[in-house]
Amino acid sequence: MQKDKLVIRGIEFKSRFWIGTGKYRDFDETARVVEASGADVVTVAVRRVNITDRNSPNLLDFIDPKRFKILPNTAGCYNVEDALRYSRLARESGISDMIKLEVIGDEKTLFPDTIGLLKATEILAKEGFIVFPYTNDDPVMAKRLEDAGAAAVMPLGAPIGSGLGIRNPYNIRIILEGAKVPVIVDAGVGTASDAAIAMELGCDAVLINTAVAGAKDPVAMAEAIKYAVWAGRLAYKAGRIPRKLYATATSPLEGML
Amino acid sequence: MNLKVNGEDRQTDRQTLNGLLEELGILPERVAVEVNLKIIKKADRDKYQLNEGDIIEIVNFVGGG
Repeated sequence: MQKDKLVIRGIEFKSRFWIGTGKYRDFDETARVVEASGADVVTVAVRRVNITDRNSPNLLDFIDPKRFKILPNTAGCYNVEDALRYSRLARESGISDMIKLEVIGDEKTLFPDTIGLLKATEILAKEGFIVFPYTNDDPVMAKRLEDAGAAAVMPLGAPIGSGLGIRNPYNIRIILEGAKVPVIVDAGVGTASDAAIAMELGCDAVLINTAVAGAKDPVAMAEAIKYAVWAGRLAYKAGRIPRKLYATATSPLEGML
Repeated sequence: MNLKVNGEDRQTDRQTLNGLLEELGILPERVAVEVNLKIIKKADRDKYQLNEGDIIEIVNFVGGG
């Protein structure tokens, strides 16, 4: 698997398991989980500095930006203007030109507002950002995002944090067939097997947060998903057998009594 | 001088943005700063003069998915 590297816009990614840093008990747990996952991309959010508590710990003291690729998101943005504002602030930090672009359209489902997403992708790509738009599992929109300058597309498997898995593998397959940019499943993975399914379909990577952070043992789940992503990728490259309705004998009939 | 910093009213005698960050005990390398919706680049913070009523946002990275 060492030779099977993912490269996006000239950036080499060591792992196809990208991990989120939200919802852990503390930064110490975050660091242990990220280590166990083998991920080299970690997502982060952009938020106000705590100015009342000077001694509050900083995430980047636990996740070294020299070792990991920091992928800031625009989570919580419900319109183009906010998404642009957060993206530009993220880039000003000087750590990354990458942005996981979210323009959310609905509070209950956190489904993307794809019209806003497309506009924001176009603007940020022109500004030189490496844009990873979080989109729905719509092959037409994936194409539009690619045309607008997205570095990869990130279709959801299911709603964020739902753990429902890959709800529409056929759409993901169609997205993969049409895409000229990498396809990274973002959101919906509930456990290791879901990650393996995404990879077996041919996705280039998966981004997972809640399935790990919400597990009883997040470190163990991170490790499980690491292997699932490897297994899924290997199976994809190996080429699965076609599905058939009826049996085909495995043992020869010849020589039977 | 009266400012609004991260949504809270604040008084300061500092004249520059870097001065304010120092007063707040914030490591300047780790944050991005916006004054009245405009991003002030790290290199410009030292000479950036604060004005009465400025609305300042100081952000950094936190855990997120």
